[in-house]
Amino acid sequence: MPDPMRIRATEQPDGVDVRVLMSHEMEGGQRRDSAGNLVPAHFISNVTVNHNGKPVLTAEWGPAVSKNPYLQFKFKGGKKGDKLSVTWVDNKGETRTDEATIG
Amino acid sequence: MIRNRREFVKVSGVLGLMAAAGLITMKEAQAQQQAWNKAAFDTKSLEDTIKALGGSATAPSGDISITAPDIAENGAVVPVAVSSKIPNTQGIYVLVEKNPNTLAAGFTIPAGTEPSVSTRIKMGQTSNVHAVVKADNKFYVATKEIKVTLGGCGG
Repeated sequence: MPDPMRIRATEQPDGVDVRVLMSHEMEGGQRRDSAGNLVPAHFISNVTVNHNGKPVLTAEWGPAVSKNPYLQFKFKGGKKGDKLSVTWVDNKGETRTDEATIG
Repeated sequence: MIRNRREFVKVSGVLGLMAAAGLITMKEAQAQQQAWNKAAFDTKSLEDTIKALGGSATAPSGDISITAPDIAENGAVVPVAVSSKIPNTQGIYVLVEKNPNTLAAGFTIPAGTEPSVSTRIKMGQTSNVHAVVKADNKFYVATKEIKVTLGGCGG
């Protein structure tokens, strides 16, 4: 099971500010191990952020996103106490969903 | 995305097996297959990426801003923020010209979400970084060069 994400969502005058830090190695598929073999790519390919069951951001990522990916954005229509859920899926089919409350 | 039957059988077979083994549910497997635009992530240039995303040409735009360092000491972690002032922004894409594959990340912006995202990307070497914005099904681009002291795409 992959490690949990760290999600911080705060209500601000101009919308809800969302910051997510995911725990993932994001292997690019370019690196060789000590034996000289290519390390196969392993990266988060899809991210969905839902607010009250409605997507507020979806992302498609390639292997060029950094290890332990960070994501920040803002959306309108959320308020303190609302639930926010973040889901990612990687290219090996592993997935993780975490929830946070807007503060 | 799936060009012929053989490939389809291969892909669905593998994902089917994973689903059967309980690694992923079938619904997720299908969602992932549909949602990830492999063609776009395989492209090697700005023009090809735009084509794979369904556009034909890009217009340079002063309404897109890229916030990123001029010099990144570590290419493995380059913070990049893109924001757009173009009305009806539907998508934001981050492209690195000299990476093995140009497209690094794509974001879909639904109505109500600010057309502004920040993330961190890897860069193999000093390169132009393009921020492409899709608005009203047209593509706009802004470019910034980021110098990389230490590459982050291998070793």
